[in-house]
Amino acid sequence: MRLRPPTLAGIVVTVVVAAIIALLPFGLSDYHRSTGATVAVFFIAILALNIVTGYTGQISIGHGAFMAVGGYTTAILTHNHGWNDLATLPVAVIAGFVAGLIVGLPALRLHGVYLALTTFAVALAVPQLVSNYSKFTGGVVGLSLPSHSGLWLYEVSWAVAGIMFVCAWLLLRGRTGRAFRAIRDSEVAAASSGVTLAVYKTVAFGVSAAMAALAGSLYVLVNSYASPTIFGLTLSLYILIGAVVGGLGSLWGVLVGAAFVELLPLGLTSAGVGSSQSVPVIFGAVVIGVMALLPLGAANLLRMFLHFGSQIGQHSDNPLGTEGR
Amino acid sequence: MAVLLALRDVDARYGQVAALRGVTLTVDEGEIVAILGANGAGKTTTLRAVSGTVRRSGTIELAGRSVARKGPEAMARLGVAHVPEGRGTFSELTVWENLRLGAHVRRGSLKDDFARVFEYFPWLEERRAQQAGTLSGGEQQMLALGRAVMQRPRLLLLDEPSLGLAPLVVAEIFRIVGELNEREGTAVLLVEQNARTSLAAASRAYVLEVGQVAFSGSSDELAERDTIRKSYLGY
Amino acid sequence: MAIRPTTSWIVPAGLAAICLFLVIGSLDSALFAQQTVSGLANGGIYASLAVALVLIYRATEVINFAQGALATFTTYIAWQLFAWGLSYWEGFFATLAIAFVVGFGVELVAIRPVERRGNQLTVVIAAIGLLILVEGAIGWIWGNDIKFMPPPFPAHIYRVGGVSFSRQDLSTIGISIAAVVLLWLFFQFTKVGLAMRAAAVRPDAARLVGVRVSWMLSLGWGLAAVLGAVAGLMAAASPATLLQPSMMDSVLIYAFAAAVLGGLESAAGAVIGALLIGVALNLLSAYVSWVTPQLLLPVAFLLMLVFLLVKPSGLFGRTRVRKV
Repeated sequence: MRLRPPTLAGIVVTVVVAAIIALLPFGLSDYHRSTGATVAVFFIAILALNIVTGYTGQISIGHGAFMAVGGYTTAILTHNHGWNDLATLPVAVIAGFVAGLIVGLPALRLHGVYLALTTFAVALAVPQLVSNYSKFTGGVVGLSLPSHSGLWLYEVSWAVAGIMFVCAWLLLRGRTGRAFRAIRDSEVAAASSGVTLAVYKTVAFGVSAAMAALAGSLYVLVNSYASPTIFGLTLSLYILIGAVVGGLGSLWGVLVGAAFVELLPLGLTSAGVGSSQSVPVIFGAVVIGVMALLPLGAANLLRMFLHFGSQIGQHSDNPLGTEGR
Repeated sequence: MAVLLALRDVDARYGQVAALRGVTLTVDEGEIVAILGANGAGKTTTLRAVSGTVRRSGTIELAGRSVARKGPEAMARLGVAHVPEGRGTFSELTVWENLRLGAHVRRGSLKDDFARVFEYFPWLEERRAQQAGTLSGGEQQMLALGRAVMQRPRLLLLDEPSLGLAPLVVAEIFRIVGELNEREGTAVLLVEQNARTSLAAASRAYVLEVGQVAFSGSSDELAERDTIRKSYLGY
Repeated sequence: MAIRPTTSWIVPAGLAAICLFLVIGSLDSALFAQQTVSGLANGGIYASLAVALVLIYRATEVINFAQGALATFTTYIAWQLFAWGLSYWEGFFATLAIAFVVGFGVELVAIRPVERRGNQLTVVIAAIGLLILVEGAIGWIWGNDIKFMPPPFPAHIYRVGGVSFSRQDLSTIGISIAAVVLLWLFFQFTKVGLAMRAAAVRPDAARLVGVRVSWMLSLGWGLAAVLGAVAGLMAAASPATLLQPSMMDSVLIYAFAAAVLGGLESAAGAVIGALLIGVALNLLSAYVSWVTPQLLLPVAFLLMLVFLLVKPSGLFGRTRVRKV
């Protein structure tokens, strides 16, 4: 998030938030606990997207596909081969990393809008592939998994989320993080100052995909079910929306974004504001409104309030072509 | 002569940086007035303040009417033609299309206008289907002038017309500006770094320094005063 | 600023070779000819949507992810008009007019406020929000069940030398071409069309000559919506397509691929790209057994990816040089 060592205020806030998250489930019903687990899943996925889009400026609208890689790895190993579900997580991470490298390499040649379109097509194509090769994947019908209690799901997901948060924070404040930021701000400048573009960008994709795959595995566990529908285009869109609404390039924004995409639609329904039919309309309208009023995301708003530092606030954060196409 | 353009106490800024501070100047109908000064003095910004392409405050009046809140589209409709630095050529469009766009605010038949432009710049007629971006710098400048002619403006704002052009081309351009002024009665507010050429064309001039008017007077006066010539005009 | 037009002869030569291939194949096999023609019809649909995308992209450098959903929305409006008793062609043109208003209005209300303060990415997110909103609105107003669209005219098969062509396919080709040509005429020969082109190419210079650039943008969205409506109506007229909220989702991808193939800034390129994709996908699914309907999208995507890697600026795009 920042190059400076953590401020006292930052540490205190982190601890407080972590405590709230840890204690929350004890006041919630089982259903709400699994909703909370889903927020954690989105948290990890949005964190993953941030690495690629917020930090190295490579736009991706296809992270749902990486989630599918992880999710189906877990589903296939658990359902078809009887693995213990948690044991599949490391495999999912590796699968995701490989997938990320596979995507990241051609992505080097594509910039801005072309990359966005390609990843958009990936997001649409993967569910089709999954339903086509139904022998392994259970096709449209999907694969079912053993279910767990809401509390278990909540704790596992948030534990993983917490670990990912720390990993991301460590990764991004060091030399790698500086290199990523340099790439985002100006590839030309970064390359001339010795940053090996290809390596960093591809690794960023790999790491990002690995994290998203992990989120996918957890997603499948939370739903106790894997199908092409849950990994459809909507998922990728929501991840991107969450990342931008929360604020690209901000680790705290990720939490806001995850809460936004998961809780807002649910909140609208339970508050009786909208039926299941009208919720997407309201959600879409809110997204447009947020973009009109808070173009740099919620995290920027927070930053402006609390004067945490103006680094991100001054950027136009334009991964779609700060550099020209 | 009636006053066509009046600026009183005009400020302008780019973000936090103040570019103009309390600039006051006038242009009478049919006059050619020059704005001189060093780089960064605010010459271009003054033109932008008139055409509405920069945030400004203060009083700006065109033929007595306040235009301080108007944007560039409205100013064009009111008869102000701004030929910006870099000419503002639509490179991907043809010469003819560029000229046609100059007359965007005009209604009615454009036959006469095209005829006039081709009178001033006969070579434009032959090249009407050529892509404007493939013209040379001097040709693009003349195309930009031609576009302004199509607009039949009351006031022509010219920003650095001689920039990057050979002396012969510059002379030709100024000759045409002079002709425009005489034949059509178009007032001209001219920004130029080349003080000698502009003082020759203009009747009056203002010298800007860090966003303020440092001196003003008739061209003859300014050309004669040694101190001004040497410190501000470079010769 | 001087522009170097792409002078490569490879592209026209390649296209000529493809045309030759198609003609020879069609003369040789009835199935080939039929698949080519229906591929062209599909391509016509993609072309309309692709040109809509290019239109908006050229004006704002933003990819309108909601274009497909808007097209579906206007198609539903057509359905509603038919349900209220309008004849097909009355409904068709009424829908186009309504589509224009919808597109214009959407730009005014949803996009302009975002563009004012945001950057490209925020506008893209707003477009995605719009996508979710519009598809949700369709479900909300009309429900998610599949609706039946009346056909434009009774089905008829034309036979030429042993090959059968459906009237619908031929009309789709004709209408799509007509729509694109009309649009081209508008841009080339009208004052407003010229103003729109100027606003897209150099908005600041356009303002100086008095062009109201923001209105040009709204106009662009209106026209794009009309093109989308044409695409949607043609798609729904085909018996193979069902009228449902997600009707244009995959068409959008093919349209993107076509636009990208054409170089994103060239409408002509998008049309050619669309026709190529339409024909290629049809031929692939007819002749290559493992290409099932579900694999069409991934295959199209893969082809697009390979093409982009080889020629990142598309068929007719300008190659931008980034020196390091």
